[in-house]
Amino acid sequence: MPDRRRAFGLRRSKAAPARSDSFTAAILPQLDAAYNLARWLMRDATAAEDVVQEAMLRALTYFPSFRSGNARGWLLQIVRNTAYDALKLDRSARFVPLAGTAAEGDEESGIDLPSDADDPEVTLIKSRDQHWLHEVLGGLPVELRETLVLRELEELSYKEIAEVTQTPIGTVMSRLWRARRALMQAVADQERSHA
Amino acid sequence: MHETPLSRACDKLLLVQAEFDGELDAAEAAALAAHRRECPVCQAAAQALLSARRLMRDGFYQPAPDEVRQRILARLDAAQPVLPAMPRRWRMRGWWSAGIGFGLGAGCAVALALLIAVPSAPDLTRELVAGHIRALQPGHLEDVVSTDKHTVKPWFDGRLDFAPPVRDLRADGFPLIGGRLDYVDGRAVAALVYQRDKHIIDLYVWPEVHTGGRSPEMAEYHGYNVVHWVWNGMTFWAVSDVETGQLSDFAKAWQHAA
Repeated sequence: MPDRRRAFGLRRSKAAPARSDSFTAAILPQLDAAYNLARWLMRDATAAEDVVQEAMLRALTYFPSFRSGNARGWLLQIVRNTAYDALKLDRSARFVPLAGTAAEGDEESGIDLPSDADDPEVTLIKSRDQHWLHEVLGGLPVELRETLVLRELEELSYKEIAEVTQTPIGTVMSRLWRARRALMQAVADQERSHA
Repeated sequence: MHETPLSRACDKLLLVQAEFDGELDAAEAAALAAHRRECPVCQAAAQALLSARRLMRDGFYQPAPDEVRQRILARLDAAQPVLPAMPRRWRMRGWWSAGIGFGLGAGCAVALALLIAVPSAPDLTRELVAGHIRALQPGHLEDVVSTDKHTVKPWFDGRLDFAPPVRDLRADGFPLIGGRLDYVDGRAVAALVYQRDKHIIDLYVWPEVHTGGRSPEMAEYHGYNVVHWVWNGMTFWAVSDVETGQLSDFAKAWQHAA
């Protein structure tokens, strides 16, 4: 009997599992989220599509190990790992200073706050240049960019972001702050140059 | 050494952000509110966070374009044929936990001295059944249409890296009606097509790495029966919707025709 089992078992790994109804129901609705993250990580439409395609195939393969729960977080983690593989980045958590301690590259002053006299809506309208704003977000370091995208566009909680990025929550919070500060800094700088 | 920007501005800024992101519980939020009333830095920060959010949520989301979605779905479907919902127990169960939940009448099994075994890894079975179903679509069944094994067998020459044994089992009630190339388990294989009354039997054949024979094993999947045996360095998988007894007869007839 063991011999026969082995014969069957050997074949098993060669075939990817079929797209089942449960995969269709749980994972496919997350395709936009997967693409959005891949698009922002890769900063290129073709590369993003390749990453999503690869990630979906990985998801199909790993799906039997997915226990019901946060399908979006589960898929986004696969997308991120796939994107990091494509970018040849080390996907493991890198050491990042804890929030509240001095950090390299953090020497610029705090968030550039609009003055009380500035109506934030007016600020927005004046600086609303989508292409330019995309460049600003795309230009952020990848770990800040992914954190901001996961929070503001995918609306994940800190805990979910920590899971997707395999990063401590404290690091998620400081990255999020730095990302938002950089975004607002860029907006304020542009305001100033247009003033 | 620079003072960190966050602490320089106010040491509560990450809390302001956490509240903005809905991450504070009521007690923490109340404590922060008390501080915020006194702190212009935190008040302005809350406003700036809102501005940043409005910027982000206006045109930054990049959903999958329709054509991308279609290409990805097509690729997923090509990865493996889609079958109707497969039995959950097969998907959830590891290959090692072979079950005996699949059936074949015990009497029939004993009579034919078949080893009753569930393929503990269903993927190949599934793939074969899917291939069989696909082949039943109009125009997909045979690449070579012939009831003559001397026509069918040479047809595979040059199309495969092995010569599949081809037998006509008309005398046993399973006439050969043709053959085709198929792709199974990562390789090109021969599919011989037999008929039983109105039913089609696909017999997939390819070289088996294990030598020696193996008695037929049977499984059922989605209403299709699958019989597997090994003979003379070849592995055989017969797939059909004929009943199990008839498919066993088919396997037996094939082996007796040797």
